[in-house]
Amino acid sequence: MNVLNLFNALPGAAAQGLIWGIMAIGVYITYRILDFADLTVDGSLCTGGAVCIMMMISGQNVFVSMLAATAAGMVTGLATGLFHTFMGIPPILSGILTQLSLYSVNLKIMGKANQSINVDKYGLLVSLRYIKGVPFYKNPIFVVAVSIVLLVVVLYWFFGTELGCSLRATGCNANMSRAQGINTNFSKVLALMISNGLVGLSGAFLSQYQGFSDVNMGRGAIVIGLAAVIIGEAVFGKVFHNFGFKLIGVALGSIIYYLVLQIVIWLGADPDYLKMFSALVVAFFLAIPEWKKRFFSGASVKKGGKSHA
Amino acid sequence: MLEIRNVTKVFNPGTVNEKLALDHFSLTLEDGDFVTVIGGNGAGKSTMMNAIAGVWPVDEGQILIDQVDVTRLAEHRRARFLGRVFQDPMTGTAGTMGIEENLALAKRRGARRFLGAGITRKEREEYRELLKILDLGLEERMTTKVELLSGGQRQAVTLLMATLQKPKLLLLDEHTAALDPKTAAKVLETTDYIVNKDKLTTLMITHNMKDAITHGNRLIMLMDGKIILDIRGEEKKKLTVEDLLHKFEAASGEEFANDKAILG
Repeated sequence: MNVLNLFNALPGAAAQGLIWGIMAIGVYITYRILDFADLTVDGSLCTGGAVCIMMMISGQNVFVSMLAATAAGMVTGLATGLFHTFMGIPPILSGILTQLSLYSVNLKIMGKANQSINVDKYGLLVSLRYIKGVPFYKNPIFVVAVSIVLLVVVLYWFFGTELGCSLRATGCNANMSRAQGINTNFSKVLALMISNGLVGLSGAFLSQYQGFSDVNMGRGAIVIGLAAVIIGEAVFGKVFHNFGFKLIGVALGSIIYYLVLQIVIWLGADPDYLKMFSALVVAFFLAIPEWKKRFFSGASVKKGGKSHA
Repeated sequence: MLEIRNVTKVFNPGTVNEKLALDHFSLTLEDGDFVTVIGGNGAGKSTMMNAIAGVWPVDEGQILIDQVDVTRLAEHRRARFLGRVFQDPMTGTAGTMGIEENLALAKRRGARRFLGAGITRKEREEYRELLKILDLGLEERMTTKVELLSGGQRQAVTLLMATLQKPKLLLLDEHTAALDPKTAAKVLETTDYIVNKDKLTTLMITHNMKDAITHGNRLIMLMDGKIILDIRGEEKKKLTVEDLLHKFEAASGEEFANDKAILG
């Protein structure tokens, strides 16, 4: 176990964490704001990556390609939204249906299971080749961090608008929202589109970074997203109260997730177990509110009262 | 103002749980009427409210608000005519949002929501003045999340929200039932104040006969999805709980069996 190996791996882990952080912000919008566990992301991440890579291979500009990837992600959110609102299918099932159909769609977009892109031939925005030995503004950590800050600024503004407020109200209390004249079905579809647009964008970054898009690249993405949301809240929840900082906290949570993962790998854990490990960690954190209620109700009420006072 | 024509609603049709909740129900409210509604459990009080609000479609009949047929209008589209306060204090407000944000949501009831500011500085001042009416000190806590307020405070805020955009019809569905007696009295007092100030047409369900008698200018009693008593004007003013019980027995042929409603 060479500490230098770990050290060398950390910047890459941070860059990956940031890229997945964009997806985690998308997950935050559905899971926390809309209160909708959206499994579409497992498919839409790859959709974003596939659209971006295929467009770049066909000679499109990188920014146009990434915009298209975002739009494609939004369409997948629209599909899930319509499954849920127009067809009355429960949230989780709606996401699963879209996710499954996206497997075929993604294969059709790429023409095969895997499409790679050569960093020397195409003008990629981020690549793992740029982690070291390039000016700082080409470093993926810098590029993605700036993108996240820009996205958070836009999202912060949006959720303060009338439309944004109606989305938040819908997620918090749908009955009240309808009583106040909010079309909750529209809100849900819109939130799902915004969320999956971010996931698609994240996929576009990720496929450039790793130099390929793969039909399996989104498998388990929702779990990573939830892990980032939960870690971000656990670590920064007491510090960040402002909505914008909460989103930043989610992105940082994603970095922590990847750093921990890197350390676990460095410690010699079998990578085959990683997904199971991630799932169990998420399961544990999701259980905390329930366990608090069941085993520590007296103590947690006191604590809550103090911290909210 | 409000016209309910022959509305019928059956829950769980074709099953053992089939329930005729509204049975060719008709009711007409004049402009400025304040009608109190009483009745036992399952009499159809809340069903009537939900039919007006459009929570689900009715099986038969028509509902008109201010001569507009709203029978087929979705719940959120009808909202521009209606102010609603619910029995459960949690239902009427968005707990994770601030007091002022909740008011701002209500301010935009019936308006198109786009990318304008969710709340403006001018509105904040307006809401501060409005919250003073409640006399609960909430004007000093405008950014406090509503989930941190007590049930009574939440109901008071919901009441403000329901009347912020003057509604054609105010629907109060046992809005004091979940509160302690003192808070309930305070919320009722505020209700009276706002209804009188804005001359609102109001429909108030209550489980408390005394409240039903002392408030409003008309009282209706429901049973099995129908109106069995309709008392208004001078007769209503002179009404006592005992009269009401006699009338109930005469109308229904059974004894009124709800201590809470009589004693409360």
